[in-house]
Amino acid sequence: MSIRDVSAAASPPENESEVTTVNPDTTSRPAVNIAGVQPAAGHQPRPTTPVMELSGVSVYYGAYEAVRGTSMPIQEKQITAMIGPSGCGKSTILRSLNRMNDLIPGARVTGSVTYHGQDLYAKEVDPIEVRRRIGMVFQKPNPFPKSIYDNVAYGPRVTGMKVANMDDLVEKALRDAALWDEVKDKLKTSGLSLSGGQQQRLCIARTIAVKPEIILMDEPCSALDPIATAKIEDLMFELSNDYTIVIVTHNMQQAARVSHYTSFFTAEVDEKQERHGRLVEFSPTGKLFTNPTDKRTEDYITGRFG
Amino acid sequence: MTTSTRSAGSAAGNTLRRGRRRPVESIVQVLLVAAALVSIVTTVGIIIALANPTIEFFQQVSIVEFFTGTSWTPTFLQKAYGVLPLVSATIVVTVIALVIAVPIGLGSAIYLAEYAKPGTRKVLKPVVELLAGVPTVVYGFVALFALNPLLQKWWPTENGPGFQNLLIAGIAMGIMIVPTIASISEDAMSSVPRSLREGAYALASTKMQVSTRVVVPAAISGIVAAVVLGISRAVGETMIVTIAGGLTSDRVVFNPLEGAATMTAFIANISSGDIPVGSLDYDSVFAVGALLFLITFALNAVSIRMVRRFREVYE
Repeated sequence: MSIRDVSAAASPPENESEVTTVNPDTTSRPAVNIAGVQPAAGHQPRPTTPVMELSGVSVYYGAYEAVRGTSMPIQEKQITAMIGPSGCGKSTILRSLNRMNDLIPGARVTGSVTYHGQDLYAKEVDPIEVRRRIGMVFQKPNPFPKSIYDNVAYGPRVTGMKVANMDDLVEKALRDAALWDEVKDKLKTSGLSLSGGQQQRLCIARTIAVKPEIILMDEPCSALDPIATAKIEDLMFELSNDYTIVIVTHNMQQAARVSHYTSFFTAEVDEKQERHGRLVEFSPTGKLFTNPTDKRTEDYITGRFG
Repeated sequence: MTTSTRSAGSAAGNTLRRGRRRPVESIVQVLLVAAALVSIVTTVGIIIALANPTIEFFQQVSIVEFFTGTSWTPTFLQKAYGVLPLVSATIVVTVIALVIAVPIGLGSAIYLAEYAKPGTRKVLKPVVELLAGVPTVVYGFVALFALNPLLQKWWPTENGPGFQNLLIAGIAMGIMIVPTIASISEDAMSSVPRSLREGAYALASTKMQVSTRVVVPAAISGIVAAVVLGISRAVGETMIVTIAGGLTSDRVVFNPLEGAATMTAFIANISSGDIPVGSLDYDSVFAVGALLFLITFALNAVSIRMVRRFREVYE
């Protein structure tokens, strides 16, 4: 759904309760939740401490500055959503949180990203160690062309985790990813044989199998149908009891439904006609969607922009 | 209204009917079909040319003797037609070539696909492929007169390799097929989607783990196809083994330090001598040729099937 559709549907403020609670009966969820004007959107943030802090983070691809000066905290065991129009740099910022940008030639990060007070980009920091603690789930499900079991066991194997019983670990990860019941009889079949939504939950299982502290999700539902999306959203909320989650989403309703905090990014065009992403506002989700501080946020969530 | 418009249109030259002839079109088509037919006709021609003398050969020599005899001496006074010495020499050389070529070829492919910077790769890959263009006679010559003396000099024990031997021929052949294996494996690895690599990196894999545990398994059918193609090149290779491999064929030789004739070396040798057309010796060349044709044909068929299976996964 595009943002324009939201704006058309945004005026009647209905279905408030649908947003605030995660409905276990996912199939009956209305197709459209009106995020922009929900008075009680988002989950109440719990008072916690930040596990990560971004301050003045800019990401460059070569000479091009893709995102400018981003500062925000990532709160422990909370879901932080990043929303904004295409090309506003939200995925770029997300990928700077576990040094995935290292894989792109010419990518460079300035400013500071700290994890429990340590600078992620300090010389002595090993990106492999960073990614062991900060896992990532991608936009398109990308299970390895291996069996379901081996997909989940991959991470513990490569990181040399001391595992007493791999079978138990695989089962636990699949249970936590709400996939166990669907795959327990076919663990030896290829992960690619699953449906898109199942593949994405397999990717989540694979990520939590290495017991990270933080899970980054880059538009994890954008390739999925609404039912599969609802399952993943429920799962995310479930996982936020144990994990810190940062999710990039194109879908404002999703941010409103699942997150505790939301950051809104936008793209600015400078005098040289170059687009730069920029963080506009970071607030508890309820506040950002009902009482945004910045005019641009308000325009975006009410559909007047984007 | 419509009818009148239509007729008016056709009068005004708006007709869609075939009017202009395009003779060049049809000539080009005929030429292209002919070009495509050449290779088919050639293959069929080869089969026919091989079939006749081969059938004549097997009228005089039993198939059992051909496949179980351990001596191949058509040019000796005491003639014997057991093809095993030629087959065993071919196998020994091919195995040595693979022992050399698979690690080096795969290593280069992994380096090019996973480790090399884009610029480095752009330069190195054509260089690797250029190696495939070195004439095999050069490999044979270098093997015999440059590599083998070194091998003999450095050999640690008394009974070193002879003037011609299967070991040096195998080494040279291994170097010859490295580009084939490297280039095709690299193609297979490069077509493994980036998302799989990212997934593996996000699970805290090192570069080597990503290469060996994700990329290589995902590209395995392409890699197997590359190796099979390498094998079929090795089996069919003639010049290196003729020059450096030796000519013994009266007994089965498994010791790579000795020289022995492979199937191809035998054919090349006997074809350059004077053998009367229609004689049994003459027919024996075709029988060996037919066997060789069958082996390489089977290998190529396996390779094509592998490549196809590998394509199905990601396209």
